[in-house]
Amino acid sequence: MGGFRADVLRLCALAAALGLAPLALSGGYHLTVLTMCCLHAMIAVGLNLLVGHAGQISLGHAGFYGLGAYTTAVLTSTLGLPVPLGMAAGVLAAAAVAFLVGVPSLKLTGHYLAMATLGFGIILSILFNETVAITGGPSGFTGIPRPAVAGTPLGDLAYYFIVAGSLCLVLLLSLNLLHSRLGRALRALHTSEKAAQAMGIDVARHKLFVFVLSAGFAGLAGVLYAHYLTFIAPASFGFSFSVELIVMVVLGGMTSLLGSVLGAFFLTVLPEFLRVFENVEVLLFGLILVLCMLYLPGGLAGGLAALTERLRRTALERTRSREAADD
Amino acid sequence: MTEPLLSCSGVSVRFGGVQALLDVDFQAGAGSIAAIIGPNGAGKTTLLNVLSGMVPADSGSVRLGGRDLSRARAFERSRAGMVRTFQNLEIFSNMSALENVMTGYHGRLELPVWHSLLRTPRSRALERDIRRDAEAALDFVGLADAAQTPARDLAFGRQRLLELARALAAGPRLLLLDEPAAGLNMSETRALGGLIRRIRDERGVAVVLVEHDMDLVMGVSDAVLVLCFGRVIRHGAPAEVQRDPEVVAAYLGADEDET
Amino acid sequence: MDPASILQYCITGLTVGSTYGLAALGFTIIFNTTGVINFAQGEFVMLGGMVSVFALRGLGLPEPVAVALAVPAVTLAGALVERLAIRPASGRPAMDLIIITIGVSILIRGLVMLVWGKDTHALPPFSGETPIPFLGAALMPQSLWVLSITLALLAGLKYFFSATLHGKAMLACSHDAKAASLVGIGVRRMVLLSFMISAFVGAVGGVILAPLTMTSFDVGVLLGLKGFAACILGGLGNPFGAAAGGLILGVLESLGAGLISSAYKDAIAFVILLALLFVRPSGLFGAKDAKRV
Repeated sequence: MGGFRADVLRLCALAAALGLAPLALSGGYHLTVLTMCCLHAMIAVGLNLLVGHAGQISLGHAGFYGLGAYTTAVLTSTLGLPVPLGMAAGVLAAAAVAFLVGVPSLKLTGHYLAMATLGFGIILSILFNETVAITGGPSGFTGIPRPAVAGTPLGDLAYYFIVAGSLCLVLLLSLNLLHSRLGRALRALHTSEKAAQAMGIDVARHKLFVFVLSAGFAGLAGVLYAHYLTFIAPASFGFSFSVELIVMVVLGGMTSLLGSVLGAFFLTVLPEFLRVFENVEVLLFGLILVLCMLYLPGGLAGGLAALTERLRRTALERTRSREAADD
Repeated sequence: MTEPLLSCSGVSVRFGGVQALLDVDFQAGAGSIAAIIGPNGAGKTTLLNVLSGMVPADSGSVRLGGRDLSRARAFERSRAGMVRTFQNLEIFSNMSALENVMTGYHGRLELPVWHSLLRTPRSRALERDIRRDAEAALDFVGLADAAQTPARDLAFGRQRLLELARALAAGPRLLLLDEPAAGLNMSETRALGGLIRRIRDERGVAVVLVEHDMDLVMGVSDAVLVLCFGRVIRHGAPAEVQRDPEVVAAYLGADEDET
Repeated sequence: MDPASILQYCITGLTVGSTYGLAALGFTIIFNTTGVINFAQGEFVMLGGMVSVFALRGLGLPEPVAVALAVPAVTLAGALVERLAIRPASGRPAMDLIIITIGVSILIRGLVMLVWGKDTHALPPFSGETPIPFLGAALMPQSLWVLSITLALLAGLKYFFSATLHGKAMLACSHDAKAASLVGIGVRRMVLLSFMISAFVGAVGGVILAPLTMTSFDVGVLLGLKGFAACILGGLGNPFGAAAGGLILGVLESLGAGLISSAYKDAIAFVILLALLFVRPSGLFGAKDAKRV
């Protein structure tokens, strides 16, 4: 599993990078992209726990993202409740729905579970589109308030730090989980549910827990998203985003939390680069995805690990040859 | 007379058109070693699956230590003290040997979830205790040197020992062993016999084993249950079972290698 | 809610359901041979329609020729997908392959968008647009084409799998690839064949439906999804369950749209699917999941 300390160090490095990143950026638009990267990474980390570690699947996770967003939007904007309350309610709503859906769904396995989560995600997406009176329908929901401190709404930079901080918190909780007895139980049930049962592990409850937790993370990303953009639309919470999320996790490297962060950043930033290519954008996106999957078997995390290993070895050889020359 | 540790009565299981078990009665006392034998297809593993809760019985009951477990789910039975191993090894190949054994403690020592999420001092203390106990369990079966080895890299015979250590870690009152000697050579099987006796003598754990290896069965058991076509045909001391003409007939033609 | 309307909904449902069924069949064939869910299946359906439109409009060919050109072209595309994207990844876990097929589907969509734009197109019906009165409902001639071609295709495939050497070889691969290769069946060739057949079947489904529903570069996504749902409905791995699942899904969807609400049409299909999964996970015709230790 690798040491807890090593993982925490990596987390600190990430936190530092995120903290300093705004200095390297030019312009508000890039900050928006970075904020979106962090939000997507938050969902991806939760999904990684579910898919990579507990061995389940969810093709409808965008639905929880949307649930969080719409819940807080309706509560704070339509009903005028304070923002922190709306946010908390959004996260709880996502978790609660995940609980209700998870109980029957997690009894299924493999492709049947995939289908159940997919179906559920699509049903939610259709609900977002059709309940126009509540959600504003396809044209979206505007006027979501920014959280305010001492009367002034938070600026983009301050909000970014909140989002980046939340991502680091989510990562810390996930790391703690993975390195705990719960993490061991998850790895056990991922390999052999039978043997896990024989060890007294309540497999169903553990699966449900991870499902609800990952939905909670997605809901958290959703509430932060809603109050950041102040505008949300159903198109962001549909099947194609659910698919993108899975791709982030797999592309990043399924067994690595950090990989999912990399995957999320990569897939969020890539379209921005491809935008210059206009018509070819979608084609290039698909091509890059296929090529990455074909030639990076360990995902981005694997590729990064291989790269750092090669750099380390070259540095080691260089010092060795220098020592030999000195003798 | 006190109730035996394990008792199952009237257990019947039907899979589609096949009656896998019919009206099986079976008891095992505390501190005893019992073997379940029978020709292929007799229903031995099915009986084990019913006892451990992995296959539901159509009728009958299973009781452990006076408690009715007939409705209990597999993981609940493990927590109640009835732990099983598997015929086809089900070790957690993605973990080290030590971590495998540490999973055994999961059902025994519980902590609310938030301790794990927040990595509280109490959760860390618990981890230390679990690690220490797991090391002792590995030592008990003779795998102390393999603690950090990835489970998938262990030799087959040692993987079998690992599964035993893991089962012991779960703190059973009764161990259900599903063909523990399968794939082991003669000296490994002899060592296994010694280990099973030590488990009973030093740990006070009762053992029920499904086995084909007659030397192991005869050498280690206090009582033998013979199944044939899902029915019990004999239940008694090893020596008398061995001599029983009905038992011999059940095996005739199936295994010429068995003496 | 008169019988004539219900009949009308059923006819529409069977028509659309045929394409769902053919898409589902494509999914099943690839799944049976490789264990992978091919997310690009819907794009084969889309390509059937779009390539036909291009052959008709862009190349000025008469419709029968355009269609006769389009289907083999898409079949070839299926072969290309297998060769370029699937074969290099053989041996990788199923999840990786699924993501690769997702990438391929995005790629195909992007290519079509680039070459033929984002407009919707219509393919002329095969034999005119005059509805045929049928027991109070109106039957479009195209519906008859859809149903008859689908049935013919299903019959053909049944013959292929049960009576021809290649078909039986493919079935063998799906049951046990290792055993199949031991008796000399080229498993790789079977995988290629499975992709080609799935593309063929999908393309036919797209071509016959395109005259009734418009086609554009992004119809593949939802069609593929519903095809997948039909697969699950019929029991994953069962080809004729898949086809039947498609028809049932189409009818339920159409009835739901007509009798309950057309806005929630798609939701109805998935609600039914979910309900079915919770009650009977192996689908309508799948083998009951006997989990034995």
